[in-house]
Amino acid sequence: MTDNTMARVWDNVPSPFCGIASDDLKIEVAGPSVRVLENGDAVTTPGFERSVTDTAPRVGGKPASMTEAVQRAAAILKDARLAVFSGFGTDVNDTRAALSLIDKARGVFDQARAGGGVRNLLVLADSGWIATTLAEVKNRVEVLLIFGSDVEGAFPRFFERFVWNQETLFGQDPAKREVIYLGRAPSGNAAVSPDGRCPQVIECAPEHLPELAAALSALVRGASLQAETVGGVPVEVLQGVVDRLKRSSYSVVTWVAGQLDFPHADLTVQQVCQAVTALNKETRAAVLPLGGQDGDRTASQVCAWLTGYPTRVSFARGFPEYDPYLNDTARLLSEGEADALVWVSSLSAVPPPAAGLPTVVVGRSGMQFDTEPEVYIPVGVPGIDHAGHMYRCDNVVAMPLYPLRDCGLTSAAAVLAAIEQSL
Amino acid sequence: MLIKLTGGTVYDPANGIDGQVRNLFIRDGRIVHSLNGATPDHEYDLRGKVVMAGAIDMHTHIGGGKVTIARNLLPEDHRADPEPRRGLMRAGCGHAAPSTLTTGYRYAEMGYTAGFEPAVLPINARQAHMEMADVPLLDVGGYVMLGSDDFFLRLLSSGSDQQLINDYVAWTIRSAKAIGIKVVNPGGISAFKFNQRMLDLDEKHVYYGVTPRQILKSLARAVHELGVPHPLHVHGCNLGVPGNVETTLNTISGIEGLPMHLTHIQFHSYGVEGDRKFSSGAARVAEAINANKNITIDVGQILFGQTVTASGDSMRQHANAGHAHPDKWVCMDIECDAGCGVVPFKYRDKNFVNALQWCIGLETFLLIEDPWRVFLTTDHPNGAPFTTYPHLIRLLMDKSFRNDMLSTVNPEAAALSTLGTLDREYSLYEIAIMTRAGAARLLGLTDRGHLGAGAAADITVYTDQADKEKMFTRPDYVFKDGELVVRNGEVVKVVWGNLHTVQPEFDGGIEARLRDYFDRYHTMKLDNFVINDWEIEGDGRSKILVHPCHQGARS
Repeated sequence: MTDNTMARVWDNVPSPFCGIASDDLKIEVAGPSVRVLENGDAVTTPGFERSVTDTAPRVGGKPASMTEAVQRAAAILKDARLAVFSGFGTDVNDTRAALSLIDKARGVFDQARAGGGVRNLLVLADSGWIATTLAEVKNRVEVLLIFGSDVEGAFPRFFERFVWNQETLFGQDPAKREVIYLGRAPSGNAAVSPDGRCPQVIECAPEHLPELAAALSALVRGASLQAETVGGVPVEVLQGVVDRLKRSSYSVVTWVAGQLDFPHADLTVQQVCQAVTALNKETRAAVLPLGGQDGDRTASQVCAWLTGYPTRVSFARGFPEYDPYLNDTARLLSEGEADALVWVSSLSAVPPPAAGLPTVVVGRSGMQFDTEPEVYIPVGVPGIDHAGHMYRCDNVVAMPLYPLRDCGLTSAAAVLAAIEQSL
Repeated sequence: MLIKLTGGTVYDPANGIDGQVRNLFIRDGRIVHSLNGATPDHEYDLRGKVVMAGAIDMHTHIGGGKVTIARNLLPEDHRADPEPRRGLMRAGCGHAAPSTLTTGYRYAEMGYTAGFEPAVLPINARQAHMEMADVPLLDVGGYVMLGSDDFFLRLLSSGSDQQLINDYVAWTIRSAKAIGIKVVNPGGISAFKFNQRMLDLDEKHVYYGVTPRQILKSLARAVHELGVPHPLHVHGCNLGVPGNVETTLNTISGIEGLPMHLTHIQFHSYGVEGDRKFSSGAARVAEAINANKNITIDVGQILFGQTVTASGDSMRQHANAGHAHPDKWVCMDIECDAGCGVVPFKYRDKNFVNALQWCIGLETFLLIEDPWRVFLTTDHPNGAPFTTYPHLIRLLMDKSFRNDMLSTVNPEAAALSTLGTLDREYSLYEIAIMTRAGAARLLGLTDRGHLGAGAAADITVYTDQADKEKMFTRPDYVFKDGELVVRNGEVVKVVWGNLHTVQPEFDGGIEARLRDYFDRYHTMKLDNFVINDWEIEGDGRSKILVHPCHQGARS
């Protein structure tokens, strides 16, 4: 990243907001205001450009000193029987500091965007998968199968950066790549090839996605199906997809687990993964689980190395216990099991749910509340206000984040460490 | 801070001290000749105790992507070994793929003060460092993986000058903040992406047309010419394949005298004799190592029980995935850079193959004559978790215990092995070589692994006991950089370790070439790939230590 100091314009800035960690952004900073000049998109640009509003903490809705706010937060934690910590659009250091505090406070760690990650991680821990990463997609993919998801809605630059790239390492012409949407149609034209070829789109109603995945998996394994259609899709069409994948020297099957928002969607993801595993008996294929917006992979990764488990870990008994169902914030709140909520979110400005509980927010400046929390400590953004690290969707590449401005905002990590000190 | 360690029985092979009673003096974290008449702030009476440098694990998977995949893969393994928050120690979990915090505490509690992660993918080095930074009490370092990355394979297949390859190797070590170079299944991880399912030493990569032998020679030469102290760290071809002893012997002869470290050689020492077409190749491998002074090895001993294998070798891990226990596994193709495979495994003493693997590892330890060239590892967690080291030390030091264990394993395997006829018992001095002095020398750590003046005061004190497993499980004291961190096997202070690195020189011209390559083919900018000092030292915990390269060796 380079700094054109006179103009206060930064080149090659990594985005902590999009799950594919685009790091070619050109960004202009003037005082507290940030403007994306080049390579922004519908996810990243609002992430960078959100205005700084508050710079001072509030307690009970009234301006307070940092010390007062920290002490009130600590008092809430001391009084709590079970505090649930969620949000966690955060970078590595913010998450590290939070987990240190949660361990001491015997709280629960969850993420606002945990749903998609949990669906994937349940599959990983039950049967595993054969996965790939973005540079392999960029250089190798011959057929891209998108299962039940609208990729460009969540990752606007995915096709531009990794599918319709100019050249590849192995002489393949990327423009000839084939894209197949199975189960859901795309929301735009990003998957149309540079020479105007449209992707193959095989739609079904969302409630039929599980059986479509099961049929895909069965066909890859060579089963013959009695049914003539699955979820309204002719089996011969599905067989055509399977044949194409089998002919491909390197196919990639992707989905956005956050969009597969129906009960037991992990079982659907598992069928897709097992289809890919079966393809590898003869040829090469891999899955690419897409996610990672607003740091959702980052916090889960940090939790995994610090505790041994991914997101949704309780420290209530003094050691980490992983249970993605029991430790779900929504369940803990609705069942009345939690009696305090701590919302930590330095990347995302999404506010906490109205919980009717003592609530502490260590949140990005600019967060707007319907219900004012008991404590709000505005913090800076990793990658804008201070240095940090974020993970992109494939859990492999951790991107460095750089400070671009200084408007006096402290980091969530510093605030969380101060709260821990006060316990 | 002045410390005197009084009257301990010192085993310090780097300085030729074999069980002599000595006083040791520490001033501000370093060992000194004397305190020059000053009164020590603390004195420890070590009469009757055994004193060694802190132990160094030169090959242990403690940080990076595949370790965290292993963590995510095995919640049930963690549930069986919770580590509650207690005293100064934060909560975590243990067994096969422990949390980073628990990793550090448990290593320190066994008297280890350094561990080196042997499979740092360049593209994933940042994660490896972030995880290792969260391992308390241990110094760390990493070997960065090359040999299946497309940039290198393009250089090699296009006949590039060795000098250019050297520049790339040096640039990679510096960018990844590593201390050495590792190659895993040379070219094989890349070949698997092209659907090749095996790649023998002289077999051509289907796309690049180069062979593992060429890759090994080129990388070993680069490491040597750059003066990097640690020889090329090699996980060879054909891991786990019966008959791979031939590959291993050819690998040794094929390197033509260049320094080379063969890692977890147990997994590469299999013959095809006997009814089951699986036999020990340990004697032949040991003979070759005894005869070739340019070769060092670590064993990768297996020990019985549940563990998880986490490797960069996606090709072999995929081939072995059918043995997964429990039945789940992950393989990955990674970033035109490398790959990985994570396969849980349960080694059973009544299973013929597993029992013979156990014998082969021990035979290897006992048949290699020079303890300076063999290192005590289980390839944690691939052969067994590192917490089994005291048990392994007892197997090496106590022949009757070893033979008792041998009598309990699969009898067919025991009958095929020469283990029962081997009388050798390692001495404390030899254990100190394998786990301290030799490891430090192999890595070029001049101020670690010994107790001479000028060394960092990483020191472990044990009570000598007949049961060496008990002795090495629970040291009386462990000092890290002069601070008492463990007393009676319990952590009494938490400090953060250093990062050991080397910084070989390279011609800056390579960077322009790499910048173009990154822009065209990679998914991140070169400047964001290179790891900055602030990323390691920024939070005030870790310190980067740079060890010299022997510039004279550069051609």
